[in-house]
Amino acid sequence: MKLELRDVRKSFGSRAVLAGLDLKVSAGEVVSFIGSSGSGKTTLLRCINLLEPIDDGTILLDGDEISKIGLDPNPIRRRIGIVFQSFNLFPHMSVQRNITLALTQVLGKQDDEANEIAKSLLTRFALADKIDSYPDQLSGGQQQRVAIVRALAMSPEVMLLDEITSALDPELVGEVLDVVRELKGSGITMLIATHEMKFAQEISDRVCFLDGGRIAEQGQPQQLFTNPSDERTRQFLRRVNF
Amino acid sequence: MIIAIPRLPRWPRVKESFFSKERLFDSFPRLLDAFVLDIKIFAWSTPAIIALALLLAIARSSRNPALFPIRIFVIGYIDIMRGVPVILWIYLIGFGVPGVGLERPFNSPLLWGSVALVLTYGAYIAEVFRAGIDSVHESQRAASRSLGLSNTQTMRFVILPQAIRRVVPPLMNDLVSLQKDVALVSLIGPIEILRQAGIDKAKFANFTPYVAAAIIFLMITIPLTRTTDYLLARERRRTSSTRVR
Repeated sequence: MKLELRDVRKSFGSRAVLAGLDLKVSAGEVVSFIGSSGSGKTTLLRCINLLEPIDDGTILLDGDEISKIGLDPNPIRRRIGIVFQSFNLFPHMSVQRNITLALTQVLGKQDDEANEIAKSLLTRFALADKIDSYPDQLSGGQQQRVAIVRALAMSPEVMLLDEITSALDPELVGEVLDVVRELKGSGITMLIATHEMKFAQEISDRVCFLDGGRIAEQGQPQQLFTNPSDERTRQFLRRVNF
Repeated sequence: MIIAIPRLPRWPRVKESFFSKERLFDSFPRLLDAFVLDIKIFAWSTPAIIALALLLAIARSSRNPALFPIRIFVIGYIDIMRGVPVILWIYLIGFGVPGVGLERPFNSPLLWGSVALVLTYGAYIAEVFRAGIDSVHESQRAASRSLGLSNTQTMRFVILPQAIRRVVPPLMNDLVSLQKDVALVSLIGPIEILRQAGIDKAKFANFTPYVAAAIIFLMITIPLTRTTDYLLARERRRTSSTRVR
């Protein structure tokens, strides 16, 4: 297993957001998480990236427990990239510097090499002309594509995409999803929290419906979307008009 | 006002004792000479103040539980330094420290007056920096940490550069204030512009030197603020595309 979660629990105050969640993801698999707001999708991804410490349970990456208290999270985070709903580019740095910062400071690459990586990735995602721009000068879609490139530049083994199209105008969603399609082609393991049901159906190897801090139902997209077995899944899909 | 003031009954006397052309031209060069010392004190205190303030702000904003005692110490330090008037610290440190019997040049009131300025303004400006650090959204920290940057690297590359840009206007405000408070050091001895103006005033029984000193201060502080405004506007133009009218 590339990634495994066992009985993961996380509460904010008295509210249990993850209530004993179990999950296994194999290498190269693309797993989408759907569910209403507050069902724990974002928290789940943030816990896997160790941005939120879990209260109980175990998270394993390649069989190694990464959720141990006191473990240095930095070497683990290098292996797990995350892209946020709100892009979170560094506004005081050019596109190039946004990408090369962690390459030079965390991976210890020389400036030349880091710049080369940034340039080739930006070219691959049709952003080469934006290399000297600042985030404020880009559209939302471009910013989010740069954020994906920034995470990708670290050559992570797992990519976490946290509702990456939710803050975008409808017309900009397409260009970002195209990038994700291309990523899937490269064989990287991806965990995607999303409200884009059509996209989840198209891109996922497996879809998980989250409810009450657990996976209420999971299965191949075709099966889960057309013939859900759990009543809560049915209700949710009806609510989002899918 | 221009019409009304000259009609006041005692205006001619006030005019003679505050705005005497002769006294102004006589005192101006002397005051300008004395002002060099103000600039010197300002010039060597400012880098020390900024460094101390940054250190205090970073220590206070640190999230490492092991640094809790340091955070408490910093909070106490800032409270005490800010809670007492600058002039009192200049007296206490400027007269007190050399009083323990230090040898030259370590007993100079100039040195310890400057130290007092650094310690007090360091505390004021630390709070400015801390407000800047707090104003950077948590998601910036999340993005940086998620890329594998350590807490220290996140502070250095992501948080501080944004924080400092945001606090430049209040920072300049405090530096203008410092530029004026430098004159307080004169109260423990050194002859800088304010003291020189006092000497001239006493000698000629005329207040014009004070007006001249005020003009000299404005010659420095106004360009200082205008330059900051210009630099900030340029930075905004560089990093953003559109501006709302």
